Amino acid sequence: MAPTRVAAKDAPLVVGDRAFRSRLIVGTGKYPDNATMVAAHAASGAEVVTVAVRRVDLDRSKEEGILHHIDPEKYCLLANTAGCYTGDEAIRYARLAREAGFNEFIKLEVIGDRETLLPDVEELVRAAKVLVAEGFQVMAYTNEDLITALKLEAAGCAAVMPLASPIGSGLGLLNPFAIRTIKRRLSVPVIVDAGVGTASDACVTMEQGVDGILMNTAIAEARQPVEMAHAMRLAVDAGRRAYLAGRMPRREVAVPSSPTAGMLD
Amino acid sequence: MTGNTIHVVVNGESRELPGNLTLLQLLDHFGLDPRTVVVELNREIVRRPVLAGTTVSHGDTVELVHFVGGG
Repeated sequence: MAPTRVAAKDAPLVVGDRAFRSRLIVGTGKYPDNATMVAAHAASGAEVVTVAVRRVDLDRSKEEGILHHIDPEKYCLLANTAGCYTGDEAIRYARLAREAGFNEFIKLEVIGDRETLLPDVEELVRAAKVLVAEGFQVMAYTNEDLITALKLEAAGCAAVMPLASPIGSGLGLLNPFAIRTIKRRLSVPVIVDAGVGTASDACVTMEQGVDGILMNTAIAEARQPVEMAHAMRLAVDAGRRAYLAGRMPRREVAVPSSPTAGMLD
Repeated sequence: MTGNTIHVVVNGESRELPGNLTLLQLLDHFGLDPRTVVVELNREIVRRPVLAGTTVSHGDTVELVHFVGGG
């Protein structure tokens, strides 16, 4: 696939000490098979992929871990603390992830509710402070609440990642106003994480001016994940360009596009 | 426990293992590559360079984790 032209005035996405050309971060979960995942990653143009930390299955020890399919030289691995329900548990997972030896990045999740998978923001902020003090570059998954986002930034997070809608819901961007507000008020990158369902969701999300999007299910559970990965790449790029280009004002009345003068009698 | 064997909880399951086993040998016992597995012994991470010098004792709890697919 030919590389997409980077928008003329666009800067790279800088998170902590790393700069990325792609503003799309993709997951590695729930793909029908590893070959599809690898092809989807390539089609997405992503430079960062998320991974989870779990016990090795000792009775199926020949089963390959995800690193047999992802080249850590080619992709920046972003380990998550998915499935953690307390700050201490998330801190434990983050330390294990760092010990794997790839980088200091951690996608910090502290889940507060099993039905909605919404974050426990109190524990999230507490865990973020501990991990930042330990030298982690924390990218914090949070809700679309400005106050929490500000606290995460003050805690030293490298990026704040508010949700578009609940994890795996595919409901799209439910609160564009809140996302714009967070973006306007924070200095660190704002990367929308979770809830994007299809390409138009990604495009609208990027049009809010956020720095990037992280998604997994929208690609992995598409009928054709590789096609959807490509669509997401184009949508993120289109949304970014539209944001940089600056949209026309919304008007409650029609304004003709063709001259009103010069009409025939 | 008989003779030179010990019981160790590995990834939540009690396992009978040979005595005087180092963590590096434990990984080998399960056919695991130390380059892709992170080891926790009694809730403390054991860094790779010291796996070969750390012995597992009867009653220890070991966690062996790696990266899997996730979002």
